[in-house]
Amino acid sequence: MSKLFFTNEHEYVQVKDGIAYVGISDYAQDQLGDIVYVELPELELDVAVGDPIGVVESVKSASDIFSPVSGKVVEINEALEDQPELLNEDPMENWIAAVQLSDESELDELMDEVEYKAFLESEA
Amino acid sequence: MTSHRYIPNGEQVTQEMLEELGISSIDELFADIPKNLRFQGNLPIEDALSETDMLRHATELGKKNQNLDDNICFLGGGVYDHFRPLIIDHIIGRSEFYTSYTPYQPEIAQGTLQMIFEYQSLICQLTGMDTSNASMYDVSNAAAEAVLLAINNTRKAKRVLISEAINPEYFEVIKTYLHFRGIEVITLPVVDGKTDLSRANDLISPETACLVMQNPNYYGTLEDVKQLGSMTEGKTFSVLITDPISLGVLEKPGNYGIDIVVGDGQSLGNGMNLGGPYLGYMAVSRKHIRRIPGRVAGLTRDSRNNRAFVLTLQAREQHIRRYKATSNICSNQSLNSLVASIYLNVMGPQGLQEVCRQAYAKATYLRNGLLETGLFNETRGNTYFKEFTLQYRGDAKELLDALKQENILGGIELDNNEILIAVTEKRTKEELDKYLEVVRRFQ
Amino acid sequence: MSHYNTLIFEKSTPGQIGYSLPKLDVPEVDLSNLGELRQDLDLPEVSENEIMRHYLNLSLLNHSVDTGFYPLGSCTMKYNPKINEDIAKMPSLAYLHPKQPLETIQGSLELMYGLQEQLKIIAGMDAFTLQPAAGAQGELTGLMIIKAFHEKNGDVHKNEIIVPDSAHGTNPATVAMVGYNLIEIKSQADGGVDLEALKAAVNENTAGLMLTNPSTLGLFEQQIEEIARIIHDVGGQLYYDGANMNAIMGKARPGDMGFDVMHYNVHKTFSTPHGGGGPGGGPVGVKAHLAEFLPVPVVDKSDDGYFFNYDRPHSIGKVKAYYGNYGILVRAYTYIKSLGGPGLELASDMAVLNANYMMKRLKKTYALPFDQVCKHEFVLSGIKDHPEISTLDIAKRMLDFGVHPPTIYFPLIVHGAIMVEPTETESKATLDQFADIMEQIAREGIEDPETLKQAPHTTKVGRVDEVYAAKALILKYGDMTDDQIRRD
Repeated sequence: MSKLFFTNEHEYVQVKDGIAYVGISDYAQDQLGDIVYVELPELELDVAVGDPIGVVESVKSASDIFSPVSGKVVEINEALEDQPELLNEDPMENWIAAVQLSDESELDELMDEVEYKAFLESEA
Repeated sequence: MTSHRYIPNGEQVTQEMLEELGISSIDELFADIPKNLRFQGNLPIEDALSETDMLRHATELGKKNQNLDDNICFLGGGVYDHFRPLIIDHIIGRSEFYTSYTPYQPEIAQGTLQMIFEYQSLICQLTGMDTSNASMYDVSNAAAEAVLLAINNTRKAKRVLISEAINPEYFEVIKTYLHFRGIEVITLPVVDGKTDLSRANDLISPETACLVMQNPNYYGTLEDVKQLGSMTEGKTFSVLITDPISLGVLEKPGNYGIDIVVGDGQSLGNGMNLGGPYLGYMAVSRKHIRRIPGRVAGLTRDSRNNRAFVLTLQAREQHIRRYKATSNICSNQSLNSLVASIYLNVMGPQGLQEVCRQAYAKATYLRNGLLETGLFNETRGNTYFKEFTLQYRGDAKELLDALKQENILGGIELDNNEILIAVTEKRTKEELDKYLEVVRRFQ
Repeated sequence: MSHYNTLIFEKSTPGQIGYSLPKLDVPEVDLSNLGELRQDLDLPEVSENEIMRHYLNLSLLNHSVDTGFYPLGSCTMKYNPKINEDIAKMPSLAYLHPKQPLETIQGSLELMYGLQEQLKIIAGMDAFTLQPAAGAQGELTGLMIIKAFHEKNGDVHKNEIIVPDSAHGTNPATVAMVGYNLIEIKSQADGGVDLEALKAAVNENTAGLMLTNPSTLGLFEQQIEEIARIIHDVGGQLYYDGANMNAIMGKARPGDMGFDVMHYNVHKTFSTPHGGGGPGGGPVGVKAHLAEFLPVPVVDKSDDGYFFNYDRPHSIGKVKAYYGNYGILVRAYTYIKSLGGPGLELASDMAVLNANYMMKRLKKTYALPFDQVCKHEFVLSGIKDHPEISTLDIAKRMLDFGVHPPTIYFPLIVHGAIMVEPTETESKATLDQFADIMEQIAREGIEDPETLKQAPHTTKVGRVDEVYAAKALILKYGDMTDDQIRRD
């Protein structure tokens, strides 16, 4: 059973078995345009909410990825190193880093899918 | 004043434009400047000089100088009187090169972009490194930026190690940059003209961002670059300041595992110009490719599937990354890097090696001649390439003054009557003999 | 057919030479005394005439100021006078080693001293250094001076620099380089400084504020005195980014507006060529209370003549080897002398007139978010009522007409920004022609959007693929694969 959350920085958090898979939303990849490089965090890195866990670069921009949750980085999506375009093709399938949650209550601060859709509409 | 040769719109056209704007004078366009801030009166700068008067004024200023057409140059210390092939000025005098701007619109800037790509390629071939940027202000800044690169990528960076034998001009610049970053500089002492690396091992810790050395060093002495590479590997960044001419014969720093190689492109066909503009080159090993400061050109294709070039890796740079950029640099020494490229192409492998062969032989001739007079001590070891330091047993100032009387700029005076003497391939046997003849008067 | 894009490496033929050196006239010495020698030196082997042809063919692919109109906002692409080049190349002023005895370079020192004096007058500052090599390095030098000032006063807690969000990227990047924290404040809708936001941002930690005036939108910041008061009240220093000096020579001076430290871009204001991206020059000026912190050496004068003054105990040190981009400074000096005080005022007059004239014409077809008198440049926001037409496509279409597009997507606070700076060295006829082109492109964009999307059509080079370059990262000849290299 997995649960999906979003942040107002257009990142998503897919939670499965206490692990948060963090990536960028479809809206985010569309705004960035062709993604040419993804910088991944180090494995075992301890992160708090708001700590940088990577960078996504297009030709004309660079966006920091900030961890929406606290915990330890337990897995990174190495496929993105050679194929950054995967983030354009299917951002929901291609998460960037997996964080072992240390405090599940932090998820309460995030938006669910319905709230995120409303947020996008309010931004437009 | 209502007209000037650089300003095409004369009085009548100006009047038409004012009418179009519905105003009666240009002054109205400055009405948004608060009255008390409006500059009153005229700028107290002399009226325009005509072209003839300006030329005359410049000639008069020039007469108060003595340039190197009238003096034989043995001055070095990072700036050298190498031969500048005449073709250089014919190419850089093309308006399409010198009056263009940064190639932001690649479709109408392929000349500059391909030139930069070729420059990067040539610097990599010369240094044996993987990736070069499009050049920086000069070597002092390239070295400072190399140190910042190391600091920004060393998590606990607190200090850097710098050889005492690097050019003091470069050392001062690095020191300034680091003072404001709150990073400590530890100098490595010089023994017999060479950097004493034996103690450096103990000084390297996780808080050490890099070790900076220069080869040949400021005194002209050759350093142990191989040891620099091996002792820093996996522990800290190695930064090597190089003389590009010497790389015509010396082993490529890339083969010694150096992280960052910098140097000055003045020797590569750029005029001396009393200290600038020159160019600083910076080349790194592949693993640092996303950490380098400055512009980089890359190969691509256009919509017609033809080979083309474009500025790339821009997400590192200030206009995109702003506060988190790898540097604030917003230019490259493009025209100077064009000069360096032309020079390397003109020289080719044979020519560059010949420059080295001649400079080394002529430096040896003069150095041996000076030692034979019995008036000099070897204080900086006995290795050198095109430049060397000897200690004069008398008053160095007196000797240099005597040389100057004969229109010889005999070298840079250091402390303790040491003199730093540079000999390029341009010096003739006759000039070297003249130098020796003046010195022998002091025997 | 492809445009000329043969690499010099592809022209290399073993045995060809391009150099000419005299015969060695002293005994040969064994190079192996030098230690380990390199086994290969893989440079091109090309004859002189082939090299000439190569670079000439490359040059023909460039747009330049001497080729045509170049209205790049914030870059001041004015004409580069030819006398500047000739004087800068005179051996008597150029063939000089930086370590020559002072008595052999008195003419050059007089020139540098004279330039410092001229720069002081134009900016209303009290002292100058010519050392910084470019505007960005001028900013760095300026912030170092501010930091040294606070350190000397014992105000080491002052560690914040305020920068408006409309600023050029070098401003925040420079803040990082001197180890200061960045406090970014939002601009007002018209691009001016939001005084309430500024008041909320200042505190005892404020080290200074970086600002350009006219602003990056080409508008004069009328609240400048109030801004200066707010910063000075908390002990901060005001930094002036001189990128837009071309608008105000003889009209207003940063020194009189309350700025404490500033840089010029001599390659913008004083006509030195941009050289395809450099070299430039970024002299830094300060008010008297900061003069002791200027880099060493400064050019000074005594009874014995001109000299480099190193005796400055509170100096920040050196920011560049030797004395600055002297060859560029010679050009700037020549320009100022060739215009004189009245000529510089005329230059600003005509730069501002040209910009306002062009703005009036273009605002009929393009969106003008700030419709008021501009200074030397103005910013449009795409085609009027057609925000769907991309600024990039508009710019690429301009290439078909032989003009360089304006600066695009800057400043960041204007959507789809098109920043136009005509400069004073363009005629009304050129401005009219450019406006006609812009109007035609606007029509095409509305009636036939594909023409813009596919542009450029008539240039020698088609639209260049930046994504491919960024992914492939082929940054040198040696990175190219065999099938990318042409063997004739």
